[in-house]
Amino acid sequence: MLIDVTAEVISNTRLSSAYNVIALNAPEIAANTLPGQFVMVKPARGIDPMLRRPFSVFEVLRDKGGRATGLSLLNKRVGVGTGLLYEAQPGDRIGCLGPLGRPFVPVDPPSEAWMIAGGVGLAPFATLADALVVRKTPMTLFYGARSAADLYYADRFEQMGARLALTTEDGTRGEAGRITGPLERALASRPADQPVTIYACGPTPMMRAVAALGARFHRPVFVSLEPVMGCGMGGCYSCVVKVHRAPGTQHQAPSSQHPPSPPATAGQAPAPSTHFVRSCLDGPVFNAAALDWNALPDGH
Amino acid sequence: MDLSVQIGTLRLKNPFIAASGCFGYGLEYAGAIDIASLGGVAVKGLFLKEREGHAPPRIVETPAGMLNAIGLQGIGVHRFVNEKLPELRKLGATTIVNVCGSTIDEYCEVSRVLSDHEGVGAIELNISCPNIKEGGIQFGCSLTGTYDVVHAVRKATRLPLIPKLTPNVTDVPSFARASAEAGADAISLVNTFLAMAIDIETQRPKLTNVLGGLSGPAIRPIAVRMVYECRQAVSLPILGMGGIASAEDAIEFMLAGATAVQVGTANFADPFIWGRLVSGLESYLQRHHLSRAADLVGLAHGPAKAHA
Repeated sequence: MLIDVTAEVISNTRLSSAYNVIALNAPEIAANTLPGQFVMVKPARGIDPMLRRPFSVFEVLRDKGGRATGLSLLNKRVGVGTGLLYEAQPGDRIGCLGPLGRPFVPVDPPSEAWMIAGGVGLAPFATLADALVVRKTPMTLFYGARSAADLYYADRFEQMGARLALTTEDGTRGEAGRITGPLERALASRPADQPVTIYACGPTPMMRAVAALGARFHRPVFVSLEPVMGCGMGGCYSCVVKVHRAPGTQHQAPSSQHPPSPPATAGQAPAPSTHFVRSCLDGPVFNAAALDWNALPDGH
Repeated sequence: MDLSVQIGTLRLKNPFIAASGCFGYGLEYAGAIDIASLGGVAVKGLFLKEREGHAPPRIVETPAGMLNAIGLQGIGVHRFVNEKLPELRKLGATTIVNVCGSTIDEYCEVSRVLSDHEGVGAIELNISCPNIKEGGIQFGCSLTGTYDVVHAVRKATRLPLIPKLTPNVTDVPSFARASAEAGADAISLVNTFLAMAIDIETQRPKLTNVLGGLSGPAIRPIAVRMVYECRQAVSLPILGMGGIASAEDAIEFMLAGATAVQVGTANFADPFIWGRLVSGLESYLQRHHLSRAADLVGLAHGPAKAHA
C-alpha cells in the first residue's frame, strides 16, 4: 500500500556537522514498511528543490505497545534537499511517500546474517535487524566509516544482539582500514557447512568489493543500491542499473505493491545479455550476482 | 460542468494528460491512482525493437527544473501491444502512444502495428527527442523532414496523429504549419530544451550523455509563448506542455491556445497531482462563470478584457 503524507517533524538529532537523524510523524507508512524499503521525501514545498529524494527508512518508531508511531531517516547533507533535511525543525512539515521498493528478505537460522555498512549505508539495516531479532537469526554488523565520530548507532545494534566489527579509515575506532578486511577474514574462517547471508549497503566501490568476496566464498550477497532517482514510482527511468538476463540470478523478493517486471522475451535478434532495470521497482535490494558491477557508476 | 475536450476524433474526459517519458507505460501508476480518471496517458516512446537507453546518471536537478537523458529506453512496440496495451484497455485508460523511429519506415511500421490493435487512442509522433543520435529530432529540426515523416505516417494509420514538436528551432510555428500541411490532426509542444550542467568539482558534465533535455517550471514561460505563437499559425488542436505543476499553470496554457495539456516533471514530485488539477480547473471555471473547459482555449488571443 502506497501512502503519501505531509509528515510533521517529530525530532531532528544532529549527529555531526553533516549527519542527522530526522523523525517523521508518518505512522501509516511506518506500519507498512518492510526491511530495506524506502520513502520518497520532499523536504520543501515549491520548486527548490522540486524533486523528491529517496531515503531508506532508518527506524520504524514504536510506542510501548509496539504500534508504529513514525519513522526516522538517516541523512547526510550533500545538496539543497539534504541540507534542508539537516536544518529541519520539529513541527516542520515534510512530504513523505512510501513505502516503496523490494525489501530485504531476512534469513532464518541456522543461517547467520552479516550486515556490511559503509557510512550512511547503515540506513537500511535497523529495519533488517528488527526482523532478524524476531527470527532469532544471529547477526553481525560490519560497519566502516572515515573516523570514530562517523560510526553512529553501532551501540544500538549491539544492544539488539548484533556482534560488531568496526573499522575506521583513520584508525580512531575499531580496526584501521576498510570494512572488507574483517569481512574477508570472517569469510575465510567460516566453515562451508555453516550458512551465512550477506547484506550490504554503502559506497559503490565497497559494495562491489563485498559482492566479489561473496562470489569468491560462495555466499549469497544482497545489496541495497542508492542510485539517483527521479520519482520512485517507475515513471522516469532514471534510477536504472544493469542486470544480467540469465535466469535464476534475479532476486525474487516477496512482491511489494509493484508488479514484478515481465520476463524478457526473445525478439528476432538475440537479446543482449544485460539490460537496465529500474531500481525503484526491481530494487533497491538486488542479488549482487545479478548486477553488472562494471556498469554501475562509482557515484552511486 | 464539462471538462471534456476534443483532439481530432479523440474525446478526452478532461484536458490533463500524463506526458510521455514521465509516466512509464501508465501501469506503473495504476496501483496509486485511477489512470482512467486522466484525460489521457501518453506512454513512453516506442521504437520497433527494444532499446537500452543511455548509461546513468540520466537525470540531474537544476533550478526549477531538471535535465534528462534517458535515451528512450523501451520495450519496443510488439511487447507493448502484447504486455501493456491489454491492461491499459482493461483499466479504461485513454492511451496515447508516443512513436519513435530511426527512419521514416520505422515510424510507419510502429504506427501500423499500433493501428492493428484495439485500445490506442492516438499516436504522438516523437520527432523531438533531443537525447538520441539517430532519428527523432533530425526529422523535427527540418521542415521537410517534419513534413515527410508526418505525411508518410498519415498514410499508414487512421488513428489521430499528433506530431510532438521540439522547441530547439528558431521558428516553432513553421513546424506547426508543416505538420498541418502533412495531415496531422493535432500537435504537441514542447519537448524539452537541449541543455547541460557541469559538476564544478569533478569538472565534467553531470550527465553521462553530456547533453540533456530541460523540463520543469523553468521552461514554462517559453513554452507558453510557443503555444501562443502556434495557435496563431495553425487551427489544429494543440496539446500544450512545459513545466505545468498546477491547475493555474494548465489554465495559462489553455488561454494561450492549448486544447489539452500534458504534465510530466510535476508528476515525479507529486504522483497524486491529477485530482488537484481537475478540482482546480473546476473551481476556476466556476469562478469565471464558464461551463466548458473547451471555452478557455485561446482566450488570451481575444480583445483585452476589462478587469472585473
